[in-house]
Amino acid sequence: MKKFISDFGRYILMIKGMFSMPENFKMYWKEFMHQCSDIGIGSLGIVAIISVFMGAVSAVQTAYQLVSPLIPKSTIAQIVRDTVILEFAPTLVSIVLAGVVGSKIASELGNMRVSEQIDALEIMGINTKAYLIGPKILASMVVIPMLVVIAAVLGIYGGRLAGTAAGILSASTYDKGLLEGFLPYNAVFCMVKAYTFAFIISSISSFFGYYVTGGSLEIGRSSTKAVVVSCILILFADYLLSALLL
Amino acid sequence: MIELKNISKGFENVQVINDVSSVMKPGQCNLIIGSSGSGKTVLMKCMVGLFLPDAGEVLYDGHDFIKMNDEEKKEIRTQIGMLFQGSALFDSLTVEQNVMFPLEMFTKWNYKKKLERVNEVLERVELKGTNKKFPSEVSGGMKKRVGIARAVVLNPKYLFCDEPNSGLDPLTSMIIDKLIMEITKEFKITTIVNTHDMNSVMEMGDSILYMHQGEKEWEGNNKEIIFSKNDKLNDFIFASEFLKDAKDMRMLEETGKIPNERDMSELTHKDADPLIDPD
Repeated sequence: MKKFISDFGRYILMIKGMFSMPENFKMYWKEFMHQCSDIGIGSLGIVAIISVFMGAVSAVQTAYQLVSPLIPKSTIAQIVRDTVILEFAPTLVSIVLAGVVGSKIASELGNMRVSEQIDALEIMGINTKAYLIGPKILASMVVIPMLVVIAAVLGIYGGRLAGTAAGILSASTYDKGLLEGFLPYNAVFCMVKAYTFAFIISSISSFFGYYVTGGSLEIGRSSTKAVVVSCILILFADYLLSALLL
Repeated sequence: MIELKNISKGFENVQVINDVSSVMKPGQCNLIIGSSGSGKTVLMKCMVGLFLPDAGEVLYDGHDFIKMNDEEKKEIRTQIGMLFQGSALFDSLTVEQNVMFPLEMFTKWNYKKKLERVNEVLERVELKGTNKKFPSEVSGGMKKRVGIARAVVLNPKYLFCDEPNSGLDPLTSMIIDKLIMEITKEFKITTIVNTHDMNSVMEMGDSILYMHQGEKEWEGNNKEIIFSKNDKLNDFIFASEFLKDAKDMRMLEETGKIPNERDMSELTHKDADPLIDPD
């Protein structure tokens, strides 16, 4: 408990330490763009693959469970759409990103800490929390919601692809179902989740990476911890947001 | 000038530095020596603000660095260059980008001017033509030189070198020592070097602070160190077989006979090679 309180305090101080005037705005912008490319482009492939299959499986399994002839086929599209937007795209993609992006952030910062690169920056008079962590969190907050939107679109398309390929329903029925009973609030809720999860992934991973002590073994441990803690917090936040906002 | 006043620092239940005071003289190579675990690196990290001392003052030209606010500390840090034990080069940047980094962060120069300065310092550390290489593509000695180039590119007032010879062969170590000495004199920098390499001590020690188990044990220079009467210091400096010759030389001096250069060379050869019959 004492360690948890101490770590939480350090986490808050780390976030607080990020807010300072950049030594050189151009260099911060460069780092921000570099992180956007790293997090966004670097994760696009895995997000696309997961999303298409997530939608496809969702469509097939929904069709399997809807056995009543009284329920129209277009309901499958509605269920796929809402499941993907409300849960699969933000949560599942964020959990995958916690693994891909979170471990990368933690190991990158951990390696910089262990090899004294962070100390070298500090000696130069650079606020390392602002320069190294700030752009990572900001880039995540910009790019991860974009990835979630892409995941939602691809997930819904994956459902259409699987539904038509398996002969469950026609493309026009699926498209018709997508437009039925759509609540724009669901999209807003999806984005709220995406921003929250993006902050959790980037800040928690940065925390575990930035405060690594020891050697390469500890870098590995901190990366694993970063992923595990991020995943748990994502699931906890998922429940909390659902309970509060739905 | 950097003045240390009664610096103490501990981690949890271990006292690493205990009441150390000293003065780092301007324009000189100030050496902090001692065996591994004697607290040299912690003392240096206290001096540059990477560790906050539990007690004491670190005065930069009379101003206490510990009591400064963040902006004042930043100002001092722009006057500090540091060479780390492992060089601490940025892996993802080339040699040129590593050296240019402080210029990009703290100057408003155009690219041409920055590149000129980078090439100037790279030439100074004899690394001309390595601009586009990554740290992983250069040797340990070259990494140290890139580290020195990065440390001096902004013309710092203070240069800190944490074990600049660690992991280097004796010849490369000498080259690095010579480079640090030359840069110190050339740019009139106050240089502080952590080392336990006796070659460096004898070569560079304008001013030497010997630390033992976190405490200041002896202070002097490279001319005085060999004649010190401090037992702990003697155990440290004469740990090497070769330096035992120097101890013999001192004993001869104490008995009234100081050997000339020829005598000393004979003594060295005789002791160094057990196959040579002393008779």
